[in-house]
Amino acid sequence: MIDLLGEQPVTDVLTALLLLAGAAFTFIAGLGVLRLPDIMIRMHASTKAGTLGTGLILLAVAVSYGSLSEASRAIAAIIFLLITAPVAAHMIGRAAYRSGVPLWDRTVIDEFKDRRPLPPPEDGTGVHLPDPSAAKTPDPVPKSPS
Amino acid sequence: MTSLTHLISSWSVVIAITLIVVAMVLAFIRLVIGPSLPDRIVALDLITYLAVAFMGVFAVLSGHSAFLDVAIALALLGFLATVAFARYVERSRARTSISEDRDD
Repeated sequence: MIDLLGEQPVTDVLTALLLLAGAAFTFIAGLGVLRLPDIMIRMHASTKAGTLGTGLILLAVAVSYGSLSEASRAIAAIIFLLITAPVAAHMIGRAAYRSGVPLWDRTVIDEFKDRRPLPPPEDGTGVHLPDPSAAKTPDPVPKSPS
Repeated sequence: MTSLTHLISSWSVVIAITLIVVAMVLAFIRLVIGPSLPDRIVALDLITYLAVAFMGVFAVLSGHSAFLDVAIALALLGFLATVAFARYVERSRARTSISEDRDD
């Protein structure tokens, strides 16, 4: 079907192994995001397995091309992913926790439970609807000036 | 080049694309059903990572290194989108009136 590099079977086999490993990790990430019970636990699958799978596939690109230009671009993409993925995951997690998304019912510890701004909604949607009782709870987030 | 190596190379790309597309479908199901807005943001973030991975596999498959630039730009765009969505969730909590962001 394709001819990756023709005369270099070692590079071809290494590319194939990296592609299969990365695709397996991305599949695990998708399965975890669908199946796990809680947003914090889903972020385990999305951030760690997804980043590792994407990084392995970009490493396969670097091995496959073998030239300095493409390999350096692939390595730069991997480094960019490894820097930005924890930042994005931290921002999502903080926003989800502060907006009152309900945790799993078998969660062991929730240290800021008495300081969370909103109780879990009764309809189970987890969307932060306006609640009059929320005005009495202490607010860890400063109000935006707008 | 032995035929076994050729077989491994060609089938690995097919299997990788299949797994990535299946994972994208699973993340899209979570994007549709996922009960709260941050769940949908997590699913959208994962879909962006899967698109970056797909572009990597397609760069190997097609032999055009321009798809690597596409992957880099897509990773940057996905990070900015995720940060913007997270800021939106944190700011909309502080407001008094919440816009309707759900369809059910």
